[in-house]
Amino acid sequence: MAEPLFTPEEQKKFDAGIAEIISHYPPERKSAGMLPALRVLQEIKGWLPPEGLRLVARHLEVTPERAYEVASFYVMYHLKKPGKYVIDVCTNLSCSLWGAEKMLAYLEEKLGLKAGEANEKFTLRETECLASCGTAPCLQINEDHHESLTRAKLDAILAKLS
Amino acid sequence: MASTAKGIDPIISAAWGKPQSWTLDSYKKRGGYEGLKKALEMQPAAIIDEVKKSNLRGRGGAGFPTGLKWSFVPKDSPKPKYLAVNGDESEPGTFKDRYILEDDPHMMLEGIAIASYALGVHTCYVYLRGEFKFPAERCQAAIDEAYKAGIFGKKLMGKDFELNCYLVRGAGAYICGEETALLESLEGKKGWPRLKPPFPAVVGLFGSPTVVNNVETLASVPHVFTGGSDWYAKLGTDKSGGTRLVCLSGTVNRPGVYEVSMFTTLAELIYDDKYGRGMPAGRKVKAVIPGGSSAPVLGADELDVAMEFEALKVKQTMAGSGGVIVMDDSTCMVRSLWRVARFYAEESCGQCTPCREGTPWQTRLLRKIEEGRGDPGDVEMLSNVASSIAPYPPIGLGNTICALGDAAALPTHSFLMRFKDEFEAHIREKRCPFGDKPWGSFGDWS
Repeated sequence: MAEPLFTPEEQKKFDAGIAEIISHYPPERKSAGMLPALRVLQEIKGWLPPEGLRLVARHLEVTPERAYEVASFYVMYHLKKPGKYVIDVCTNLSCSLWGAEKMLAYLEEKLGLKAGEANEKFTLRETECLASCGTAPCLQINEDHHESLTRAKLDAILAKLS
Repeated sequence: MASTAKGIDPIISAAWGKPQSWTLDSYKKRGGYEGLKKALEMQPAAIIDEVKKSNLRGRGGAGFPTGLKWSFVPKDSPKPKYLAVNGDESEPGTFKDRYILEDDPHMMLEGIAIASYALGVHTCYVYLRGEFKFPAERCQAAIDEAYKAGIFGKKLMGKDFELNCYLVRGAGAYICGEETALLESLEGKKGWPRLKPPFPAVVGLFGSPTVVNNVETLASVPHVFTGGSDWYAKLGTDKSGGTRLVCLSGTVNRPGVYEVSMFTTLAELIYDDKYGRGMPAGRKVKAVIPGGSSAPVLGADELDVAMEFEALKVKQTMAGSGGVIVMDDSTCMVRSLWRVARFYAEESCGQCTPCREGTPWQTRLLRKIEEGRGDPGDVEMLSNVASSIAPYPPIGLGNTICALGDAAALPTHSFLMRFKDEFEAHIREKRCPFGDKPWGSFGDWS
């Protein structure tokens, strides 16, 4: 028998999350809750497993294909299991003028990964503008924002990641 | 934050950096929600007139008059009406809404309440970019406070008017800042822009009349009522009232978000001690993008221009989202454009062929030129590709459903217009004349 998708605790969290989301839309517009529902699933599982996508689709009364279409359009959803820490480095113009490309190269060397690659601990990605151009260079680790980064500051942040 | 160069005190940013500025208690002590109280004593039509008289223009990029936009919503529609707040701040160089959401979210919520009452809206969705985790937490906490205090909910500040406000986070797609793509995303779909007309004010969210307003626009609304529309209009120019937030980034000594008078010039923003404090030692301004990465670039000799919509239009550029990016004389313009072009190629939704095919083509050509592999004719080719996405000028008449095509083509046209020599030098010399050294030659990583 296949492993259940959720533990009882996770199931509770998922059900409560979906119920709350659906309450924000007109009853005939449940499908509008797709983005927040996918976020709830990803917060629980760390990514969007296929059976999770099917479950979300069922709750929102749409086809699983629709759930996949949405999930694959937005870069923040993980359709494959990522590393424990997803590092998104902005290399857009303002950040690059403050050394973001060099910071990315430093990270690549330090983590032994090229941008776009992943291992169990890290997924390293070059990303687009994170709206922190005045405090460049910046990056996000699992959505936690870090700005005005120096070598010393970045080293200290990485050292805290177990 | 200090007062502006033209003697106007900050309005939107007055409380930033002050203790607990994001709480309801702090906001009320500063006179928060007094504008809403005044508005609730007025008829909805009079509220819209007051906003029209204030000359408040949208702060999201297009600069459309806010009161006029509100007046397009049909009054007799049998369908529910919606307000959608555009907090999908993602254009490179633009980072102002983050500060409002983090430091003073109630100011925006008060604007939401005033707008909703004026428009007969009972449901508002605040759409924030997915990456804004902390701003979303602050904003949600403020919404919760507003419900608890009886500002939102069954009775809008005691008035027989229900207003619900929900926060929705995107999931990483710049295109969702385009108002119809935002509505698609709010409907739980991928962010593909819709053809206009019909405009959202008539056919928007769930097919109902919907106003889409930027975070800063709504944060400006309470001040129209606390200070009066005459006062607000007089702060600005004849056609654009109030102050505005500008975001300063790039190679300048003190990047940041500054609230300025509409009369403040680009040169003042860069050099004034209250703002950018000039260029790093030994560096000179080479180019400035004045309104987010899609705004046509200006040269160093064009900085004596007020940072407001009409003045920048005369210079064939735009105030856009208020994102000012400064590039110093060691910056390679080919590499800068390549970086900007990559953004638009990455963020194109893929719906329209000129944008889907043209944006990566621009990127490939720029990479080739920057890496010293350019051939004679590549500059003309680049110009042709950009023209196939959106001709230049005029601004805003591209070949695509939404303005992302324009946004992708305008930088190319303007960089080629002002810095063509650099592109040709790359091809002639078969290398980047700036080498690798200048890229990121500022800050700790140099």
